[in-house]
Amino acid sequence: MSGARRGFWRFVAFWRARALDAELNEEMQAHIQLATDELVERGVSPGEARRRALVMFGGMEQARNRHREARGLMNLEILMQDVKYTLRTLWRDPGFTIVAVLILGLGIGVNVAVFSVVNTLMLRPLPFAQAQELVWIAPPPAKCGLSCATYSTDAYDEFRVGSRAYQDVTGYFAFSSPGNLKVRIGNGVPVPATGIDVIANFFDVLEVRPAMGRLFRAEDGRNGASPVIVLSDAWWRTQFGADPNIVGKAFDIGGQQTTVIGVLPKDFDFGAVFSPGAKVDAITPLNLYGPPRNWGNIITMIGRLKPGVTLGQAVGEAARVAPSMCWNNNRPNTCGDYKGAVVPVPLKQWVSGRLRNALRILWGAVGMIMLIACVNLSNLMLARAASRSKEFAMRGALGASRGRIVRQLLTESVMLATGGALVGLTLASLMVGWLSHQGSIALPLFNTLRIDGAALGWTVLIALGAALLFGIVPGLRMAGGNLHETLKATGSGQGRRQERLRSVLVVSEVALACMLLVGSGLLLRSFLHVLQIDLGFRPEHAAAVTVDYEDNPADGNGSTDDSARKILNRRGLYFRQLQERVSALPGVVAVGTTDYLPLTGNRAWGMPWPKGVKRPDKTPDGPLVYVITPGYLRAIGTRVRGRDFTWDDRMGTQGVVIINESYAKYLAKYAHWPNDDAVGKVLDGGGGQDLVVAGVAEDVHAESVDGENGWQIYWAAMQAFAGTPQLTVRSTLPAGQMAGSVMAILREMNPKQTAAEFKPIQKLVDHSLSPRRFFMFLVAAFAGLGLLLAALGIYGLISYSVTRQTQEIGIRMALGATAGRVQRYVMSGTMRLAVWGIVLGTVASVAAAKIVTSMLYDTSPWDAVTYSSVVFVLFAVAAVAGFIPAFRASRLDAMVALRTE
Amino acid sequence: MSPEKLDLLQGTLDLMVLQTLAVMGSMHGYGIARRIEQVSADEVLLNQGTIYASLVRLEQRGWIGSEWGVSGNNRKAKFYSITAAGRKKLAEDAEYWGRLTGVMDRMLRMKTGGETA
Repeated sequence: MSGARRGFWRFVAFWRARALDAELNEEMQAHIQLATDELVERGVSPGEARRRALVMFGGMEQARNRHREARGLMNLEILMQDVKYTLRTLWRDPGFTIVAVLILGLGIGVNVAVFSVVNTLMLRPLPFAQAQELVWIAPPPAKCGLSCATYSTDAYDEFRVGSRAYQDVTGYFAFSSPGNLKVRIGNGVPVPATGIDVIANFFDVLEVRPAMGRLFRAEDGRNGASPVIVLSDAWWRTQFGADPNIVGKAFDIGGQQTTVIGVLPKDFDFGAVFSPGAKVDAITPLNLYGPPRNWGNIITMIGRLKPGVTLGQAVGEAARVAPSMCWNNNRPNTCGDYKGAVVPVPLKQWVSGRLRNALRILWGAVGMIMLIACVNLSNLMLARAASRSKEFAMRGALGASRGRIVRQLLTESVMLATGGALVGLTLASLMVGWLSHQGSIALPLFNTLRIDGAALGWTVLIALGAALLFGIVPGLRMAGGNLHETLKATGSGQGRRQERLRSVLVVSEVALACMLLVGSGLLLRSFLHVLQIDLGFRPEHAAAVTVDYEDNPADGNGSTDDSARKILNRRGLYFRQLQERVSALPGVVAVGTTDYLPLTGNRAWGMPWPKGVKRPDKTPDGPLVYVITPGYLRAIGTRVRGRDFTWDDRMGTQGVVIINESYAKYLAKYAHWPNDDAVGKVLDGGGGQDLVVAGVAEDVHAESVDGENGWQIYWAAMQAFAGTPQLTVRSTLPAGQMAGSVMAILREMNPKQTAAEFKPIQKLVDHSLSPRRFFMFLVAAFAGLGLLLAALGIYGLISYSVTRQTQEIGIRMALGATAGRVQRYVMSGTMRLAVWGIVLGTVASVAAAKIVTSMLYDTSPWDAVTYSSVVFVLFAVAAVAGFIPAFRASRLDAMVALRTE
Repeated sequence: MSPEKLDLLQGTLDLMVLQTLAVMGSMHGYGIARRIEQVSADEVLLNQGTIYASLVRLEQRGWIGSEWGVSGNNRKAKFYSITAAGRKKLAEDAEYWGRLTGVMDRMLRMKTGGETA
């Protein structure tokens, strides 16, 4: 009890030191006075009495110190002293302080920034309540794109009812294309916005609460429900000026008065979680019991497991329910289609699992930067310590204990690390702020990037770790030295021993930089290889725009042959006219229309099979389907053998398709066509429909630039129902110049045409490449930083050793050494360091290269070009870093040099 | 009287201060120091200044209290007095010292061969 009490008062005393000192002084004065009075009373003269009183009292200062020691926190007081002293010494050497703090700041900054990314993507749960309960339910990856990754509404209903492991299951319509909402505000031109249809319980399952108004109820998704919409926070702000009274207002969306019922919270961004890099403006309810019933596989499923249900149990149950799920309940032969194709995985793994490896590599890269920074700092501190060794020896001689000196040095490194941490945090928050606004990078959750408590904790951790790392070596070295030797020495013996240690540090720094460079070199090589991939289309000089076209209601809904013919014929006429007008524009080379552009959405319709050839019981999933008009393949730049479609390929004439080479090759295996040539052969399209293969197109990278090619089939737009038409224009003029005239034609033909974006096809490619580009850019930046730090290290060491050897060099020159000889002498020292570092770094890289293999494309982790370029770059940088001091050395005036001490 | 004064053992000064205050009532630092010197017949080596470290330690533990006041010859000084907790502590420590000195006494009277006088 009294111990705790005393601790408390000690703590108080620490903060009230000044007042307590004053009181003690007063008390001691009183003491002397009382003693003097007593002696005077006994007959001693006042002067003598006071002297004797002081003698009896003992040292005033000692009494004061003992008092402080007894009452306060001595360790803290020493610490404060050290801190004050350190601040003073650092202040006196601003060059050193600034360089040290900057180096540390850079190292800590990139570490904290990358930690924030890793934390957001890997460590932190998804931004939903009890996010660990959420699972993504999908088939294993297949070749046929989104159609094979989704479920029909019947299948969804069966799964939802048949599973007991879930609190609830929801989903969304996976085939929404960007700009699918045409919103007319006031009387202006309709503007395009991107909306996603979700099942009405979507927000309940994710436990998202509205920032304003309400979210969906079951009745919003029923037949006959009045159209409603929920706005994203960002869209509400940009399009509606953050109107606080937005709820209840109605707008014309796609011709229907749609009421805004709510605004989503700021921290919910559909795109960031489910479709990285895409901007989703609004959410609308999906009517499961309307037309979507017959659209086939359209729904992605997300479930919330009941508390306590393990993933293993969920997987087991999904396998049990899957056989009873039907693609269409009215077609019993489709029941069981989903066997083996219903697999729950944690939602988080689906969102960011693929990035795991890339993030580890990034983390490793910044870890190496931190090591290099620490090595650099150690080096600086050693150089500084060497010049201060006499100071420390003197303090030692005056009675400072070894521990006290180490403590002082550690205080210094902790102070530097603190400065570095502050600079680093500033840097990191700048970087993180920038990253969180890179909406076009197709990486998930970037909008939620921020410096949070965990990142702050990490900062403290690495700053302290770094302080220990770079502070302990010089600390021990200093404290271990022999006092007398140091006091007597002129510095050169000690210096040489120091220099060996510093050389080891610089070599390891070069080795680390070498590893970073090899890593970034390999990624760069891969990226260059990816850029050279033959995409199967030519993105340059092509651009596309979404066309708003509505069928004439008088033509019916397409459910009868007659109605279908009317609709498709009218479309054919319309698009033929549109394309003819656009192709008359100056600069236009080719024009065509498709319903899905490469690298955007896709779907599959089953597998046409060579007519008269027996179909195996189990075929792989069918090709991706594109419904196109004549001219499209030329506009997008895909080469065709055989012929393109013509405007005469209509309902009523021979059905024709164009298939891609891989698909043709696959069919040829079964059909045994002469020369395996599919052109002109007849396929059975299912339902007794004959399809003649008009042409064979080259393989297109439909889903990703660096992924594998699947199969593709093209249908003529006058023979099949297309999705949203994308007018594609190839021209000799830049897209920006074409946009105005193309939009004018579109608007002339349809006054309701939205102000859609005329988007260069290259943008699609860039978007698909953005994660790879992003990682490569970061790793390259880190490698550059590592190289810079290593160069600084070499430069620092060589200049230091030149300074130290000034006299020696002076003697050599006095004895007749030429400037060239001196330069060679200094450079050979530099190169020795570089060679050691490069050899070690290369060996380490060869050993570690396997880690990056998964991120490489068509590049060996032991790529000779990369390794030799890295070696060259490192030599060049080392040469430059060493040449500056070497040049300085060669310009020394022998006489001046000899006289320096 | 031995030629050299006795060095104070760790903690003994605290006990002396407590005992002095228990017997003499409220006293200032100088008075306590003088009293200890007198009682020990100047056998204890005491820099009077060291008394203040002891006083602050005892006060922080709540065994003594303090108050500024005026001395007999009209000097302002800080007066210390023992608290109830201090008295309890004093009793405990005095008992401990009694036992310890008894043991030490017996140990030092021990003769070679193990027989005690």
